[in-house]
Amino acid sequence: MASTTQPILRVEGLYARISGQQVVEDVSFSVAPTGVTALLGRNGVGKSSTIKAILGIIERDGTVEFDGERIDGLRTDRIVRRGIAYVPEDREVFASLTVEENLTLAVRQAEPNRALVDELFPELRTRSQQAAGTLSGGQQQMVSLARALLNDNRLILVDEPTKGLAPKLVFDVARVLKAAAETSPMLLVEQNLTVVRELAQDVVVLSGGRVVHRGPAAEFLDDERLVERHLGVAGAEDHHTPEGSGPDGGAR
Amino acid sequence: MSRIKIVLGALLVLFAALLPRLNLSIPGVLPGPTYTPGTLQILAYAFLIAALALSYHLVFGVAGLLSFGHALFFGAGAYGLAIILRRLLPAELPPGTGLLIAVLLTLALSFVVATVVGSVALRVTGITFAMVTLAFAQAMNVLVRRNTGGITGGEEGVSVTSAMVPSFLIGVRNSANLYWIALAILVVVYLGTLWIERSRIGTVAAAARENELRVRVLGLRPYTVRLFVFTAAGVLAAIAGMGMVLLQSGTTPRVTSADFTLTILVIVVLGGVGYRWGAIVGGMIYTLLDKRLSDLASSDLIASLPGVLRVPLSEPVFILGMVFVLVVMFIPGGIAGLAERIRPQTEESAHGQR
Amino acid sequence: MNTVILLLITGVGLGALYFLVASGLSLIYGLMHVLNFAHGAFLTLGGLLGWEVGRRVGDGTWAGLIVSMLVGMAVGALFAVVTELVFIRRLYNRHIEQVLVTVGLGIASVALFEGIWGTDAIITNKVPWLRGTTTVLGARIPNHIWLLISVAALVLAAIVLFLRYTRYGLIIRAGVENRTMVTALGIDVRKSFTLVFAIGGAAAGLGGVLASVYYGNVSAHQGQSMLIYAFIVTVIGGLGSLTGAAIASVLVAVLQQFANFYLGGTGDLIIVLALAGVLLVRPSGLMGRKLS
Repeated sequence: MASTTQPILRVEGLYARISGQQVVEDVSFSVAPTGVTALLGRNGVGKSSTIKAILGIIERDGTVEFDGERIDGLRTDRIVRRGIAYVPEDREVFASLTVEENLTLAVRQAEPNRALVDELFPELRTRSQQAAGTLSGGQQQMVSLARALLNDNRLILVDEPTKGLAPKLVFDVARVLKAAAETSPMLLVEQNLTVVRELAQDVVVLSGGRVVHRGPAAEFLDDERLVERHLGVAGAEDHHTPEGSGPDGGAR
Repeated sequence: MSRIKIVLGALLVLFAALLPRLNLSIPGVLPGPTYTPGTLQILAYAFLIAALALSYHLVFGVAGLLSFGHALFFGAGAYGLAIILRRLLPAELPPGTGLLIAVLLTLALSFVVATVVGSVALRVTGITFAMVTLAFAQAMNVLVRRNTGGITGGEEGVSVTSAMVPSFLIGVRNSANLYWIALAILVVVYLGTLWIERSRIGTVAAAARENELRVRVLGLRPYTVRLFVFTAAGVLAAIAGMGMVLLQSGTTPRVTSADFTLTILVIVVLGGVGYRWGAIVGGMIYTLLDKRLSDLASSDLIASLPGVLRVPLSEPVFILGMVFVLVVMFIPGGIAGLAERIRPQTEESAHGQR
Repeated sequence: MNTVILLLITGVGLGALYFLVASGLSLIYGLMHVLNFAHGAFLTLGGLLGWEVGRRVGDGTWAGLIVSMLVGMAVGALFAVVTELVFIRRLYNRHIEQVLVTVGLGIASVALFEGIWGTDAIITNKVPWLRGTTTVLGARIPNHIWLLISVAALVLAAIVLFLRYTRYGLIIRAGVENRTMVTALGIDVRKSFTLVFAIGGAAAGLGGVLASVYYGNVSAHQGQSMLIYAFIVTVIGGLGSLTGAAIASVLVAVLQQFANFYLGGTGDLIIVLALAGVLLVRPSGLMGRKLS
């Protein structure tokens, strides 16, 4: 270990477009080698797009360094195989495939962490032969998280894991994320500030495709005026606007 | 458009109009001096193909609609004119009046056909739209080849005889007149295309190609705008089709086939998608190459080659197809795009069509 | 009644032929969003080379026919793989350009085949049994229909098993649904692109040999004319759906046979209208998912 303070992911001057429209503009931040960094901002400010740009899912420009090496020229599958797991917004499970097939597809290593997944998501075992498209939203989120946790990751990118879930399920997801964050660092996009407070040590706040605030999570969340200005919610937890209202929602 | 461009364009048209009276030879490109009927025939054919390509440019280049049915409208013009001349008009009309009436009726017919096809096909988008247009064109092709109602002549097609058109449009002696008509059609189609592209509807159609959402936000229906452009392009294609009937004294089912549509697509892409003059240059070059490569195929030089080289080289369409593939892969903007890149960027081209 | 049975069974036979072309088209479109206009050329070359080799092994014998089928599959697969690796792959994610390239390849290869084999259809020799008929419920069914139906059924079963029980099959099924997410799980989908082209090419090449049995001839144009029907079948069935392609192949061919017989040879027209109708009511086809 050279030093524990060197970030696992460093993003500098990142730009991204979706069908010709600029959705991420000159974004720079880094993710600590341990714990959770939360990526915050109102709907449509480019949070999801930033994650997709890091993974090369959408067209991007700029520097992305993973563990000291440039990954911004690589194809998505190569980036992921370096040990970055992705839990996308809206779950994106393969609806026509069974739960088991969804999980099998995600395995990247000889010995997947089946025991861990079984322990965290007991329900998925009983439903292993069910088509993923017939699961509830919460169950689909479990599949999506399980796909990521089957492998030993060096970084997990999680995009709005609690979106549209009932409070009880939000709690379950938060518990899983906490367990996951103990083994690998995480970049988390999350609207639910209670969850952010629970999990995150650092925050990066976006507005209009740019970074407008960076710092320790607690400091940001305690400053109501800052929260109000950048997120438009005065400490109100679990605030959601309708889907598809911005480039984030419409992007696929 | 800058004044220089207008003057240049006018001079070009004037020069083209004078060709039948000039004795110019371009060996290897034209089969003979420009006043000879053979050369005029080929040039007139190329003008009409260029006009057809221009009309397809409106659909594909401007509105961004990948239609596989454009031959339908060219065919509607060609068959419409031929059949109306043959069947519908009383024989005692003087040929000139008869032709004029037939042209007007064909225009109306093609307008109706294009509106109907467009209003159905445009209800779907993307590759589905392409398939619906292909299906319509294929239906027309089947109808025509089946000799439906005994009026389309089956595989033979329909011919137009001297009793139906004025004598100055008949025969080798009058090649120059047909040539001028073809040139006039190209100019008319060009001006029509230009007018539509510059109009508000054309601008909105182009905007809808890039970003449908933005057009909707402006409170406009992309459907209506696209239907207008699609229909207008259909009518322009029909005009080119009518020219072809006069030039070739008839028409065959080939002009309604899917292969013919694909040829137009190839021409527009070769010329450069989104450029009016690209469509014209593409149409001219494709036609001339096609003719010249056929001549080359029957030359002694090719005949003396070993089979491995002789067979591919004696198939003009093979060569054109492969050239097309290479252009798509390595020269994205086609001929026009290449020229734009070589030429220093002027203000006009910077804000230009694509 | 005899006529109905005859039309029905020959319709299924023709549908079998359509399916061999449409299955590959549908898988390729489903996974890669490429409408492959070169697919007809795979069929044609498979048919022509299959015939060339088969007649040398034994013209009009079972051995010759089986060799033809194997050669047709190999040629179709090879042609398809080259197309994917050399042309399609370089235009990754530029769907319009990919379609254009296949259009160019289709046009060029037909011209080349014409140069080599001429523009006219070449009459082929059939295995004697295939020239005969079998009587079913009073209808005399040409024996070659049974060959078409059984081969297509085998191909369908093989593809289904492959998709269901192999890792690549899993990747292809997932990729048809959501290709981006497959790459985001660290999987290089490009290998499966080559694979679906190979599978589709092999099926089409086999279809070329069987088309020569069905029509009794081979020609440089066979693939192109078959391609239009296959497109119609693929779109009606739902782009990307193998089951849809199978069902639509049979539906379209049977409809075509009946219309040709009872409605004065309007089969082609009826299926084109059916296509327009299906698309307007269900733009994604019978079994298709939402188109992106």
